[in-house]
Amino acid sequence: MVFLVIIPGIPAALGNFALPMMLGAKDVAYPKLNRFSYHLWLTGALFFVIALLTKGLDTGWTFYAPYSTSHSDSAVIWATMGAFILGFSSIFTGLNMLVTVHKMRPDGMTWFRMPLFIWAIYATAVIQILATPVIGIALLMLTIERALGVGIFDPALGGDPVLFEHIFWFYSHPAVYVMVLPAMGVVSELISNFSRKPIFGYRSIAFSSVAIAIFSFIVWGHHMFVSGQSDIVNVVFSALTFSVAVPSAIKVFNWVATLYKGSISLDTPMWYALAVIWLFGIGGLTGLWLGTLGTDIHLHDTYFVVAHFHFVMVGSAIFAFIGGIFYWWPKMFGVMYNECVAKLGCFLAFAGFNITFLPQFVAGSKGMPRRYFDYAPEFASYNYWSSIGAMVLGVGLSIALYSLVRSLMGERKVAPANPWGAVTLDWQCTSPPPPHNFDHAPPVEGPYDHELVRWKESLNGYEPVDPVDGDPNLARMGSAKTV
Amino acid sequence: MTTASADAHGHHGDHGHDHPEHLAHHFDTLEQQFDSCKLGMWAFLLTEVLFFSGLFVAYATLRANNPEIFSLAASFLDTKWGAINTVVLLISSFTAAMSVRNAQLGETSKLKANLIITLLCAGAFMGIKYVEYSHKWHAGLLPPGLENSMFNPENPWVPEAAHHDIDYLKLQAEVNVMTPEERVHTMTTLGRFFGVYFFLTGLHGVHVLIGIGVITWVLFRANRGEFGPDNFTAVDLTALYWHLVDLVWIFLFPLLYLIA
Ligand SMILES: [Cu+2]
Repeated sequence: MVFLVIIPGIPAALGNFALPMMLGAKDVAYPKLNRFSYHLWLTGALFFVIALLTKGLDTGWTFYAPYSTSHSDSAVIWATMGAFILGFSSIFTGLNMLVTVHKMRPDGMTWFRMPLFIWAIYATAVIQILATPVIGIALLMLTIERALGVGIFDPALGGDPVLFEHIFWFYSHPAVYVMVLPAMGVVSELISNFSRKPIFGYRSIAFSSVAIAIFSFIVWGHHMFVSGQSDIVNVVFSALTFSVAVPSAIKVFNWVATLYKGSISLDTPMWYALAVIWLFGIGGLTGLWLGTLGTDIHLHDTYFVVAHFHFVMVGSAIFAFIGGIFYWWPKMFGVMYNECVAKLGCFLAFAGFNITFLPQFVAGSKGMPRRYFDYAPEFASYNYWSSIGAMVLGVGLSIALYSLVRSLMGERKVAPANPWGAVTLDWQCTSPPPPHNFDHAPPVEGPYDHELVRWKESLNGYEPVDPVDGDPNLARMGSAKTV
Repeated sequence: MTTASADAHGHHGDHGHDHPEHLAHHFDTLEQQFDSCKLGMWAFLLTEVLFFSGLFVAYATLRANNPEIFSLAASFLDTKWGAINTVVLLISSFTAAMSVRNAQLGETSKLKANLIITLLCAGAFMGIKYVEYSHKWHAGLLPPGLENSMFNPENPWVPEAAHHDIDYLKLQAEVNVMTPEERVHTMTTLGRFFGVYFFLTGLHGVHVLIGIGVITWVLFRANRGEFGPDNFTAVDLTALYWHLVDLVWIFLFPLLYLIA
């Protein structure tokens, strides 16, 4: 899930599609590198499938030494090499996005006219470029260690297992933000557009993305409070960890402030955006328990941690990813899906998710450890509810998938160029977009000035109001449509 | 495809003149294309630096744990060959830089000459590396996990002509005066040094081989007369990559050879 879905999900899948359009560019800077990165992803996925089909993998995604180097009997090398290849896929995506944002902006697209999704992808790209090579070399060292017994990580050969943890988490904490920052970017778009209000605190959200990218590099030690590192290091990492809460909270408060007195339309993507605010709220706040030294010692390696990171990784990243798919689906394929079915899917997925993972917080705080296949009898009821929730979640996601697939079959409901009334440039080209995105380079205005578009019944969508000639009253009427 | 996109540009007139020959369809100007490629290459080199940095961290940690044994281990490396290789790579970096200049000025024959010298230097580097590696292979100076390693904890390998193998005798002289525990510790740490040595130089060697491939490709294109004042990006980026390969070696040489 981590290497194959969440990390490439939003930056590679949605980013490659939407970012050049939102920027007003014809394409990303390196279309061929893009394709290569996709082929690397396929190769890496193949390695993981081989690992599953041969001996499986019992090290978890963290590959801790010395178990992974010297004791595990599973297909560790297939998995580490798969992750190594996927890392390069991720690096090339990040590199492409970084150069695209720097060099492909058309005239008029200044840094502070860029939609917040682009800011988020840009900050993500910085992390991908600076952190991913480090996991690459860590996995390569692990592979060589396992194959040749060099003695870098295995204490039996004189190596240092904590060294692996350091190098691993130097990547894998920033990787958390590779997963979550793009999700936050999607949510910023959705919240503003479906509230028909300029996003509150545009600059602070933009800078908070960059701040998160920077902070993410100096907090990795919070995964290692019980690894035996010195107390001073623990205290410093704990304090630094709390600093990440500031830019994260800036985003959430700004989203809520954007909703305030907005003209909210509850279309399916907005359901997902609101779900993310709830889920990220819980996931983010429970992170504070784990960043605190005293409580972390108690909660370390329990289901509390499992619940926490599922709220952040799945609840925020995957829900925002799905919300983004529902948002850009009309643009991708030129069809509208059935709103009722899609909303039912979202509701069940959201409910199922909460039923699955909320009990795990309790079970974990009562001491249920992670990474065991069985549990003590006193945890039975929590696991019972988790299982029910997981089934509801599965049904919800299946319905969501059904609504998307169904929209492509049978009688299609044609999507207008701009079904949501969004002002970013991706909604100014036709749905689906022409090969080079724009037949004419679009004029660039602020990304969230919703008076620039108005509802047009005959289009069943929104059309731009010419900022000079248009009647501003009409634009206001357009924006008042859903009230 | 090129004509089609040139037509498309003509209609909305992003730029008045015809579509230049070397301009990809999604860029507006050659300058934008060059800047994009250059920025991308710098970002890629940054990832390369970070890629090696993980290994340098491992090296630093292992060396900090056992500084004396690491310097003993380094005395088994041949500083003479290491120094020659450093000079060889510096020369190749110079000719790579000159080849960029040649490409910018459109001096195709000088460009080819400089690229060929760069390739010869790269080949010489790998040749010397082969001499060093094969010596260590036969002497058993290898990672402890290998069967023919002198440092294999279960079954230390003894060279066939042990009585006049200089490295073997030197090692025995060093460890014979130690207590049994010290001896075991020293031997495993020495093995770890050679593990790190082969890992670092091997990874660097892979980069040299990739560089040889890319420079050969650039040479082929130079031979077709492709490069000139408005098209030298490939030469420029290849030279940048080659400088990085050189730079990594500049760090490896003192850290591995000169700590004895
Ligand atoms: Cu973390």
